[in-house]
Amino acid sequence: MITIIDYGAGNLFSVRKALEYFDAKVIVSDNPTDILKAEGLVLPGVGAFGWGMNLLEEKKLCRAIREAVDKGTPLLGVCLGLQLLFEESEESPNVRGLGIINGKVRKLQTSLPLPHIGWNQVKILRDTPIFKGIKTESFFYFVHSYYGEPIDEELVCGETNYGITFPSAICQNNIFAVQFHPEKSGKEGLKIYKNFLGIIYGDNTSY
Amino acid sequence: MLTKRIIPCLDVKDGRVVKGTHFIDIKDAGDPVELAEYYDKEGADELVFLDITASLEKRKTIIELVEKTASKVFIPFTVGGGIGSIEEIKEILRAGADKVSINTQAVRNPSLVREASRVFGSQCIVIAIDAKWDEDMNGWRVYINGGTKPTNLEAVAWAKEVERLGAGEILLTSIDTDGTQEGYDIKLTRAVAEVVNIPVIASGGAGRLEHIRDVLKDGKASAALIASLLHYKKHTIREIKEYLKKEGIPVRL
Repeated sequence: MITIIDYGAGNLFSVRKALEYFDAKVIVSDNPTDILKAEGLVLPGVGAFGWGMNLLEEKKLCRAIREAVDKGTPLLGVCLGLQLLFEESEESPNVRGLGIINGKVRKLQTSLPLPHIGWNQVKILRDTPIFKGIKTESFFYFVHSYYGEPIDEELVCGETNYGITFPSAICQNNIFAVQFHPEKSGKEGLKIYKNFLGIIYGDNTSY
Repeated sequence: MLTKRIIPCLDVKDGRVVKGTHFIDIKDAGDPVELAEYYDKEGADELVFLDITASLEKRKTIIELVEKTASKVFIPFTVGGGIGSIEEIKEILRAGADKVSINTQAVRNPSLVREASRVFGSQCIVIAIDAKWDEDMNGWRVYINGGTKPTNLEAVAWAKEVERLGAGEILLTSIDTDGTQEGYDIKLTRAVAEVVNIPVIASGGAGRLEHIRDVLKDGKASAALIASLLHYKKHTIREIKEYLKKEGIPVRL
């Protein structure tokens, strides 16, 4: 069972539909127990860093997420979900993040319009199961003004250029995080969810 | 590199896709969910659903259609038409839409734009502007209620104002060119695109491939909204994108 962590942030429906497209068993929950017993977690989200963290804290979900990740549950962070994994963000200076990935969320310093909205390419920097079957420079859909920058550069497995080059995909052990929206990126995006299910259950099994 | 977007627009009335000429004289062009799936497979970058009669008839938008679409379509889509409150926006986004487009209510109640972008983020707040050249104004006058009611606002100034209020994108329709298939309003599009720092989606008038190229190049639009040209299968999205690529415009193929 996959738990989509529902802390009140936007578009969970499409994340759910993308997983169900591959017949995965999915629940959308704000209950710490569902996070701890899940075989896989998705931390989605659209919105501001401080707002997202406040909701996670209000619902007392932070500890459950850290605990699940520590015991090895695969987690997919999407967009704001990626950013919340970091320690802090320039968007909300006085708010502490989940601190699962060491580093900071920064504002895109570019003369191009913000938010960065639209289809952009991801250059795959290293082989990782989340990109299985996806060619480098494939297009994904982005909507954001901030990006996560891990202290350990080795964690960056995909990067994107929008005036500046920034990390757009990050892998740290059982944690996979993408700044783009795979559930909104057509066929290539659906592969990310398929690969995530493959990581959890092994390929070619039913979910 | 960020690509220019091709966005099919599904004008919806009574659950069916329609496309009017100058917003009047409506023809039936298909089932919206089926069309949405078709355009997704074809390579559309996004979709827009506009309930064109909503403002006029004070009808709520079509949650059921949003849910059905979101279950089958895995590209971003926007819903507009008669949206006027935070509660409605929440409902539509929850049902699976990525963005809402606000037109009449943004004019009537500009603080809605500020509040909506604060609550949901600028990225999901599209402000739709319907504009028509006006000699007296020596500019483009903004119209509301589905293009039927003139306001005192000038489109370029209004675009700047909605950006300041927190809009994430502008969906700019020229009433002069809409439905004519004689090309986008390049002057209007360019005038707006040059003063705002948010993406401008050009709408109204696509009839040939060159029109799309021109509005993306000379009009400086980030995206082109297309209806009839696609619905009546004059061109496929692939044909459009291959043409644009050949013309040196970055697209997702």
